[in-house]
Parts: sequence; structure tokens; C-alpha cells
Amino acid sequence: MDNRDIISKFEQRKDNMLNILHAVQNNNPNNYLTTEDLKLVAEYLNTTYSSVYGVVKYYSMFSLKPRGKYVIRVCKSPLCHMMDGDNLMQEIKDIIGIGLGETTDDLMFSIESSECLGHCAHAPVMMINEKVYKNLDSFKIKNVFQSIKLNEQK
Amino acid sequence: MISEYRIALKNIDKYDPNQIDDYIQLGGYEAIKKALGKKPEEIIESVLNSGLRGRGGAGFSTGLKNKFTNQSEGLEKYVVCNADEGEPGTFKDRIIMEKDPHILLEGMIISAYAIQASKAYIYIRGEYTESIEKLEVAINQAREKGIIGKNIFNSGFNVDFEIKLGAGSYLCGEELTLIESLEGKRGNPRIKPPFPAEKGLFGKPTLINNVETFSHIPYIIEKGADHYKSLGTEKSPGTKVFTISGDVIKPGYYETEMGITLRQLIYDFAGGMKNDKEFYAAILGGAAGTFVNESVLDTPMGYDTLKEKGAVLGSGAIMVMSKERSIFDMTQSILEFFKHESCGKCVPCRVGMPQLLLLMDRVKRNELGRVEALDLLLYESEYMAKSSLCPLGQSPILPIKSIKQYFEKQF
Repeated sequence: MDNRDIISKFEQRKDNMLNILHAVQNNNPNNYLTTEDLKLVAEYLNTTYSSVYGVVKYYSMFSLKPRGKYVIRVCKSPLCHMMDGDNLMQEIKDIIGIGLGETTDDLMFSIESSECLGHCAHAPVMMINEKVYKNLDSFKIKNVFQSIKLNEQK
Repeated sequence: MISEYRIALKNIDKYDPNQIDDYIQLGGYEAIKKALGKKPEEIIESVLNSGLRGRGGAGFSTGLKNKFTNQSEGLEKYVVCNADEGEPGTFKDRIIMEKDPHILLEGMIISAYAIQASKAYIYIRGEYTESIEKLEVAINQAREKGIIGKNIFNSGFNVDFEIKLGAGSYLCGEELTLIESLEGKRGNPRIKPPFPAEKGLFGKPTLINNVETFSHIPYIIEKGADHYKSLGTEKSPGTKVFTISGDVIKPGYYETEMGITLRQLIYDFAGGMKNDKEFYAAILGGAAGTFVNESVLDTPMGYDTLKEKGAVLGSGAIMVMSKERSIFDMTQSILEFFKHESCGKCVPCRVGMPQLLLLMDRVKRNELGRVEALDLLLYESEYMAKSSLCPLGQSPILPIKSIKQYFEKQF
């Protein structure tokens, strides 16, 4: 869908900025916002490019760099940390072969950390795009990525 | 054995959250009809007399907030729900929104009527995708039924709803920062006062409450303020949802009357310690919370009773640690979290957070003794608390002070 069509569904009010940015970013197969996107939003909301840029830079869910088809968000809250979250983060990095904040060359995976994802009764947890994976251990993590890779080969 | 007493969670798993008719069959939206038959001032009186205090963490009187917002001049007023749940260890609001979105809408509509606001906003964190979905469905269904919109139940009262998304900022859970973000700006905190009741969203009087707080309103209207006040303790009436995580057998969410003890929550509800390990510590209220040891196990949970012990109730988060866990390590993780979430607007917080972590690093490199380090942490976090603009910079003092009180030797 064209970004102009997506944006035009929102009322032209500045308080719609975050909702619009989410919608535009979700429309991009690589989960990010381009310079053109920011200009478009600025024009639509009758504000400056710099103010849109400032908003995008502030919020960690927005990205100005292309991200993988699968954005992995590992919960870094103190509780997940206590429940072995750090080791799991390392295992994920090893499986995917990239570091925190990086994206694979084939634009399939990005690894990010997240503030508390609110699933503390099932720690440690991670999110891949919209789905939450709970009670993680080495075995589960391997399975999750194996099934994603299998799906992609189909 | 004590059982749960559910108010905010009373409909959980009792209906399909995608079906408004199921909610209505459970007696849902009856409280609105009752409320619309009264004067707005009567609703405000009821909530005030119930003694309900904000369930987001600060524990301010919900009734007074209503009253102040109502007294503020201006024809345009707003109701805002703080659904930016991000305090580590807390997931009560997510459960309510995913499993009973209508109770939240009902509480918000009644509150909007009380202060005569015609617009209500729910600001919800972007990561809570399922909550967002459930609330969108609920709002659309309520709109179709005429429960949201114009002339609700032929009362002449109008209110409409809008969902606003956060985008990954813990700080936006602070009410004035949330309002900034809701207006489409960077989440930098505002100077208080003026409080939202006076000048909130778009500069207009705004009533802002947490999800759980709003979810108590229908019950108060239905059963009356006196009944509500008879629950819990004198200074902390009603019930509270506690979210228990960590080294317990049955981590999860439990709603009980205030005044329950930590021991009952851990051993009666959460099934006790996992793998028969020994209880070591609990962090109450999240990262912006306090560490306590076994001496607090029998203290009744309430805003004031915990305060007397140098602890906080906060959001109701309880993170349980067994003997094998390290206080130092958890402190480090909490401080890293704060550093990451500091917005950088004011110097004490921006410079102070890395400073605290530097002290931790120096301990790890054996350059600094632990006792000295703790004193330095306390000193630094105290001036941060005194000179920072918003609750974030004022937070590290909470866990650090409690460690000094309860775990000085184990740090």
C-alpha cells in the first residue's frame, strides 16, 4: 500500500504523529522509516522535518536503518536478566550470527533489546515481530529459529 | 487459607473479550446506567469516599484527582488512561486489557461523565500488541452499541475514545511525560506543577489514571463507596493486583484485599519457593522499587505500612529472589535499565546514571570496597533524587536505600 494512502486515514493532527509513524513503519517490509517517509509525515502534519526526526530518534521502536524481516526483541528487564536472559541473548546472537542492534546481510533478522515486555511470570521472554515467546531455554530458542528458517525455505 | 478477592480481575477468563454481548451478560455496563442516573458530583463523592488510591504506583487519592479536575476551569476536559505499563515485574494492566477490555472502558466512561469530559484517550505501549488489538475491537463494538459516542443510554452525555500508541519509552509511563508523548512529541518530562488536573493534555484539565485504577470504578458505583472502603485496610482500602515473578512455584497475577502479607502472597498464592530454595529477597514495586528481606514477610501490604518499613507497594510487582541470587547483580541490572531509559533532559539524571554504574564497575574491578560503594551510591542517588525533574531520576535512591537498610552486608 502507498504510504500516502496509509497516512491519509489519520486526521491531520500533530498528536497522531506516533500512530502515523507506527503505521508507515509497519508498511515497510524492512521495518524502518526512510527520509522520504519522515518528509511525508512532516508535510502531512504541517510541521518540520527536524521535529519528526527528533520524535523518531527518541523512541526505541522506530528505526532509521533497514531491519530484518524478523525483528527479535529480547527482554532485558532485571527479572528476565535474573532468570538467565543474558545467556539466552548470547545464544540468539550465536545462532543468528550478529550482535545486538545489528541486522543480517540478507535482511532476515535484527536483534534488539527491549524494556520489560510484561510477561514476567514466564521469564525469560522475547518478541519476534508481534509474537511473544515465553519460558525460553536453549532448546526452545533453537526450535523457534529452526522453524522460522524452515518456513523461509518453503 | 485466604482466597483471592477480585474486583479489577472479576471477569477474567469469564468471557470472550472479542464479544461485548458476553460482557453485558455478565452484568457489564450496568454501572454506567446507574452512574448516568446520578449527578456527576455524586460520582465524584462516591469515588472520594471509597478511598481508592492510584494503582499505578504513586497511590494518590483517585477521588481527589476527580475533584481537582472537575474544579478546574474550562469547558474542554479529557480523560486519559495510562496503559504504558513498563515497570519491570508488572503485567497486571496487560492482563486486564487482553482479557477484560470492557471493564476499563466502563470505568473510563463513568469517570468521563463525572468530570464531564467528552473525549477519552488510552495511551498504550507499542509492544502490547494483543492489548491494542483487544481494545480496538472493544471500542468499535461499544461504539456500535451506542455505549461510546453521542447520547449514551439517552442521557445526553457524549464521549468518544481514541487509542494512542507509545513506541518504547519507559519514561512515558510518567503522567506528564505521557501527555507530552500523547501530543505527538518526544517524551521529555514537564515541570510539575501545574498538575494534569489543572493543565494536562493540550493544556486542558485532564484526569489521568492507571488501567487498574479505572477498572475499580464500575465496582464502586455498583456496590457503593462504603462497601469498597470496608475492604482492605483503613489507609489502603480495596483490593490490589499483585504480579509475582522470579523464584516461586506459581508465578502469576493475584488480586487480594490490601493488607495481605508478602508471606501469604508468596507461600499461599504463588505456591512457595521453587525447588525448595530458601527465600532471600523480594523486590517490591519494580525497578523503581525496593528490596526487602524476610523481616518484611509479615508486614501487611499497603501504601503506608510498607512505607514505614522503608519499602514501597508501587505497581504491585513482586520479584522474588532465592538464596543463590545476587543483590549486587540485580542492582547492576536495575541501574543499567535506568541509564538506558534516562531521557537526557536534565543533567543530574543524564550524568548521574552512568556515574552510578561506574561505581558498580569499580567494585567489580576491586578498586572500591562494597561498603564504601554502597555509601557512594546512596550519596549520588540522593542528589539525583533532589535535583532531577521527573520520577526517573528520583528512582535509583529507592532500591539503593533499601539495600542499605536490608542488605548492607550482602551487597
